[in-house]
Amino acid sequence: MAGAVSQPNVTYAAPKRRSALAMFCLAQPLGAVSGVAILIMLFGGVFADFVAPYDPLTIDFGAMLAPPSWEHWMGTDAFGRDIFSRVIYGARTALTIGFFASLFGCVSGAMIGVASAYFGGRVDMVVQRFIDVMLSFPIIVLALVVVAMLGRNLLGGIDINLVFAIAIPIVPKVARVVRSAALSIREMPYIDAARAAGFGHMRIILRHMVPNVAAPFLIMFTAFIAQAILLEASLSFLGLGVTEPTPAWGLMLSGNASDFYREAPWMILFPGLAISVAVFAFNLFGDSLRDWLDPKFKV
Amino acid sequence: MVTQETIDAERARLGLDRPLGVQFADWMVGLVTLDLGKSMWTDRPVTEEIGLRLELTMQVAIMATIFAVLIAIPLGTISALFKDTWVDYAVRLITIAGLAVPSFWLGMIIILALLYWFNWLPPITYTPIYVDPVANISQLIWPALAVGYRYSAVVARMVRSSIVEVMKEDYIRTARAKGVFEKLVVARHAMRNALLPAITVIGLEFAFLIGGLVVTEQVFNLNGLGKLFVQAVSRNDFTLIQAIVMLIAVVFIVTNLIVDLLYALFDPRIRLGGK
Amino acid sequence: MNQNHLSFGRRQFLQTTALAAATAGLGLYDASPASAQAAPKRGGNFTFAISAETPHYDAHGSDTFATLHFGAPFYSTLLQFNLADYPKVKGDLAASWDVAADLMTYTFKLTPNVTFHDGTALTSADVKATYDRMRNPPTGVVSTRQATFIDIDAIETPDPLTVVFKMKNPNPAMLEHFASPWNWIYAAKDLAANPNGPRTAINGTGPFRFGEHVRGSHITGARNDKYFRQGRPYLDGFRGVFMTQPAAMMNALQGGQVLAEFRGISPAERDRLVQVMGDRVRIEESSWTLNLMVVFNTEKKPFDDVRVRRALHLAIDRRAGAQGLARTATLRDAGGLIRPGSPFAMKDEDLLKVPGFGRDIAAARNEARRLLREAGVPNLTFVLHNRNLAQPYTPAGIFLVDQWRQIGVNVEHRQSETSPYLAGMSSGNFDVAVDFSNLFMDEPSLALAKYLSFNKAPENRSRAIDAEMDRLYAAQSRERDFQKRFDLIRQFEKRALDQAYQVPLLWWHRIVPTHRTVMGWQMSPSHNLGQDLADVWLNT
Repeated sequence: MAGAVSQPNVTYAAPKRRSALAMFCLAQPLGAVSGVAILIMLFGGVFADFVAPYDPLTIDFGAMLAPPSWEHWMGTDAFGRDIFSRVIYGARTALTIGFFASLFGCVSGAMIGVASAYFGGRVDMVVQRFIDVMLSFPIIVLALVVVAMLGRNLLGGIDINLVFAIAIPIVPKVARVVRSAALSIREMPYIDAARAAGFGHMRIILRHMVPNVAAPFLIMFTAFIAQAILLEASLSFLGLGVTEPTPAWGLMLSGNASDFYREAPWMILFPGLAISVAVFAFNLFGDSLRDWLDPKFKV
Repeated sequence: MVTQETIDAERARLGLDRPLGVQFADWMVGLVTLDLGKSMWTDRPVTEEIGLRLELTMQVAIMATIFAVLIAIPLGTISALFKDTWVDYAVRLITIAGLAVPSFWLGMIIILALLYWFNWLPPITYTPIYVDPVANISQLIWPALAVGYRYSAVVARMVRSSIVEVMKEDYIRTARAKGVFEKLVVARHAMRNALLPAITVIGLEFAFLIGGLVVTEQVFNLNGLGKLFVQAVSRNDFTLIQAIVMLIAVVFIVTNLIVDLLYALFDPRIRLGGK
Repeated sequence: MNQNHLSFGRRQFLQTTALAAATAGLGLYDASPASAQAAPKRGGNFTFAISAETPHYDAHGSDTFATLHFGAPFYSTLLQFNLADYPKVKGDLAASWDVAADLMTYTFKLTPNVTFHDGTALTSADVKATYDRMRNPPTGVVSTRQATFIDIDAIETPDPLTVVFKMKNPNPAMLEHFASPWNWIYAAKDLAANPNGPRTAINGTGPFRFGEHVRGSHITGARNDKYFRQGRPYLDGFRGVFMTQPAAMMNALQGGQVLAEFRGISPAERDRLVQVMGDRVRIEESSWTLNLMVVFNTEKKPFDDVRVRRALHLAIDRRAGAQGLARTATLRDAGGLIRPGSPFAMKDEDLLKVPGFGRDIAAARNEARRLLREAGVPNLTFVLHNRNLAQPYTPAGIFLVDQWRQIGVNVEHRQSETSPYLAGMSSGNFDVAVDFSNLFMDEPSLALAKYLSFNKAPENRSRAIDAEMDRLYAAQSRERDFQKRFDLIRQFEKRALDQAYQVPLLWWHRIVPTHRTVMGWQMSPSHNLGQDLADVWLNT
C-alpha cells in the first residue's frame, strides 16, 4: 500500500521534468536568472582548476597590487595573487561549506521536526522548548559558541567543525517549520492507516512523513545556503573561520585589505561583491522556489 | 615554561577541576544572586566587563531600529500599493540586496568613503549620549546605518507582504466600495493591521542585533558587547561567554515581552479579549 | 661607570648606531625625527593607539608590549637604555652606579626625594622588594624575569639610598638587564600588603599618575607634579586607545583621532599614511630586534630527521621574500641568528654563501627535493602552527605555505589567538611552527639563548638537545676578545643552521608613524623601550 501511494509520485515527476523547468522559468523569471547565476558559480567552483587563470596560492611578488587588466581581470593582492582566481576558488570554499552546512542543518532539523511532530506529547514539548532556547540567539552567536567549544578539525581540506558551527544555528529554524508542516500530515488518514498496519515508527517517519515535507525542505535548503555563505564570510572575516592562504571571500576582506583602499580598492571591492551576489542569488532563488512550489509557505 | 603542576593549579583556581554538575550548580546559584563569576582572562567580574559595553551596543541597536523603521515602513507601503509595477520591483530589488550585502562590508565601504571624500572619521572613543550627544551620535550613526540597511530590508519585506495580504481582506473592499478615499483606506484600515507582523519582526531583529553586531563592531572598532564576545571566544574565556550568552537570552525574552505588550496596545482584539 | 666587558664592542656599536641613525634619518620620507630638539612646550593631552590590551598591570609577569605601552609612564626603573646612544644605558631612579671589575658587585645610588604617587618616599627597600619579587616570586605571583635574574645572589640595602647587588656568577649583560623596561619598581609596602597587588592597582614613581582604564577602550594618565626629574613631563596627560583592528587603527591615525602608534606598522600602511597625509605625518624606521623563525618539533616524525628539516629550510627563498614582503609586511632583512647590522651579526656577503640564504633558489630547491626523497617523505604533509596576528605572522605563514608547495610539500596553515598559540608551543603540541624571538638588545648571550638545548632553555620550541651547541654558547659568553667571540658565534650559527632545529626566517623592520606635532619621542630598534613619555611634548 505504501508503494501504491509513493509510486505514482515518482513516475509522475520524471517525464514532466523538462516542462516543469520551463514552467518555472516562465513563472519566475527572476528565479531563473538567479538560478543561472548559481549555476555559473557552481560551474566555477567545481571546475576552478580549469576556469581560474592562475593558481590561487602562488605568490608573485613581481605582480603585487596590480590593477585590473587583461592579465588580471580583478587585479592582484598584496602578495601578487590573482584576485579573479581567488574569487573563483573562493566560490568553491563558499559553496562547499554553504552546501554541507545547509544540508546538515536542514536534514537534522527536518528529522528533529518530523520526529517531534510524530511523537507529540512530552517529547514534542521538550524538543520544542529546547528549540525555543536556540531560536532566541542570533545565528552568529550560536556559531561562535560552537567554534569556541569545538576548535578546528580539518578533513579533506574542509574544516568539519566550521561546517557544524554554521549548520547548528540552522537546525532549530528548520525543525520549527518542518514540525508545523508535519503536524498537519500526522492527522492524515493514511498515517493512521500505516500505524494500524503495524509499521514501525522509523518506517512511517521516513516513508510517509518525510516525503510530504519535501517542498518546504527544499525551499529552506536553498535559502539557508545563502545564510551559510554569509555566516562563513563573517566568521572568516573575524579570523574564526577558514584561514589563510585558503581562498575565501570573507577572509579576503579581513586583515589589512582595507589599507590598500586607495592603492588597490579592488582588493575589497570584488570579494564583497562576490559574497553579495552569491547570497542575493540564493535568496532570490529560494524566494522564487517558494512562490512556485508552495505560495502559502513562509520561512 | 608551563609545567603540569602550574596547569593543575590554574585549573583549580578557575574551578575547572570540579565535576561538570558542580560547576553548573555553582553557576546557577551565581546567576540567581547576579554573581556571574570572574573573567578567566582579566580576572575581573564579568558583570563589570559587560556593563560597560552593553550601553554602547544597546544604543547602536536602538538607532538601527529607528533608522530601519523610518525607511522600511514607507518603502514597504509604497511597494505594496504599487504591487507589480516598476516601483515595486525596484523596492524589492533594493530590499533583497539589503539581505545579501554583508553589514561588515557595507561598514568598511562607509568608513573608506568618509575618509576618501571627506577625510573625516567618526570619533574613536565612546562618549555616552548624556555626556556629549554630538560626539556620541557622530560615532554611532555609521554602524547603525551599516546594520540598519539589512534591518530595514527585512522589515520592509514584511510590511509589504502584510499590506498586500490586508488589501485583499473584505473590509478593505467594503471600505473601497463605500467610496472611501484610497489614501484613507490605507491609512485608516490597512496600515494598522499590517503593522502588527512588522512589530514582531522589528522586535526579533532588535533582540538579535544585541548579539548580531559582532562583526560590525570589529569594523568600527566599537567597544561593544559583540567585540567582547569575539575576544572571549578566541581566548576561551568560558565564564564570559556564558554570561554574554545569558544576557542575549534575557534581552530576547524582554524584547518579546515588550512586543506582546505593543500588540495589545495596537490590536483591540487582544486588548479587549483579556477582559 | 665600569663597562670593561663591553669595551670590545663599543666602537662597533657606535658605528652601527651611527649607521642606523643615518638610514633612519634618510627615513625615506622624513629628515626630522620626533626627537629633534626645539624648545619644548608644556601642556596638552596626547592620544596614541595601543594595538593590544594588557590582561593585567604587572610588568614583572608580562611579556607583551601592551603592558609597557600603557604602564611605562606610571613607573620608573633603576636604569634605562639611552636611546640617543643605544645600546648604552643611563640612570632612571639610579643617580649613579658602580660595577666591580670582576662583575660580582653592582652598587646603585638612588635619586633622593623620589615619591610614589600615593606620597610614600622611595627607598632602597622598595628596590630590594621589587627585585626579590622578580627573582624569587612568592607563591601565587607570576614572574617571567626569574631566569633573567638567576645570577643575583643577594641584595643589600646599607642605607635608604644605596642598593647593592651581589652576584653568584659574573654576567656580562647584567647592566642591560637592570635597564630592561620590564623591571618597574613597586613600593615595598604595597607588595607586603598584597604580593599580587600590582596586577590590579598602579602606584609608581613615573612621570604620570594613573587616571582611568576603561576596558576595551582606553587608559589615561595625568601629569605627576612631583616627578623627580625637573620640568618633566611636558604633557598634561595622555590617553592610550586600544585598537586591535589594524584597519581601524590606520583610519584613526589618518583621521587624527590618534597621533601615534609605537609598536610599528607595515610598509603598506606607511605608504597609505604618507600618500594621504603628506607632511602631516612623520615616519621613522629602524631594523627591529625581533626575528621570525621556523621551528621544527624534533620530537615528532619526520622532523627528527635532519634531512627533512634542512630540506624545508632550503626551500625558503629568503632573498625574494625579503624584497617582496618588505613592501607590505613588517619584515625586512634576511639574516642569521644575530640582528643584521649589529656588531656580532654575520656579514651579508658571508650570509649569501650559507645554504638557504643564497640567490640560487632553484639549486637550493633541487637539493631540498633530493633530501626529502632520501628521507623517504617526498610528499610531505603537515600543519604549520602560527599566531593570528595580521603583522607579520599572517604574511609569513602565507609566504611559507607557498615556498613549501614549490618543493611538493603540502602544508595546512593553522592560526590561533596568542594564548592558545603559546600554549601549543610550550607543550610541544605542533609539527612546525612560526616562532619569534623578542629581544630588546643585540647582546649575543641573550639572542642565542633560544638556541640552547631544550633542557637548558625551555624557550627552545624545537625541543632539541645538542651538547655541541651548548658548549659553543658557553665558550662565546666567556670570551672577551671581540674577534674570537665573533668567530665562536659563527661556529655556533653554522651548527644551528646545519642542524636546522629552528631557523631564522626574516628579521622585522620597525616603522613608527607619529603626527608631526608629536615631539621628544625617541625611535629605537625595540618597541619595548622608551615609552615612559616623560620627554614627549606637543608642538601645536
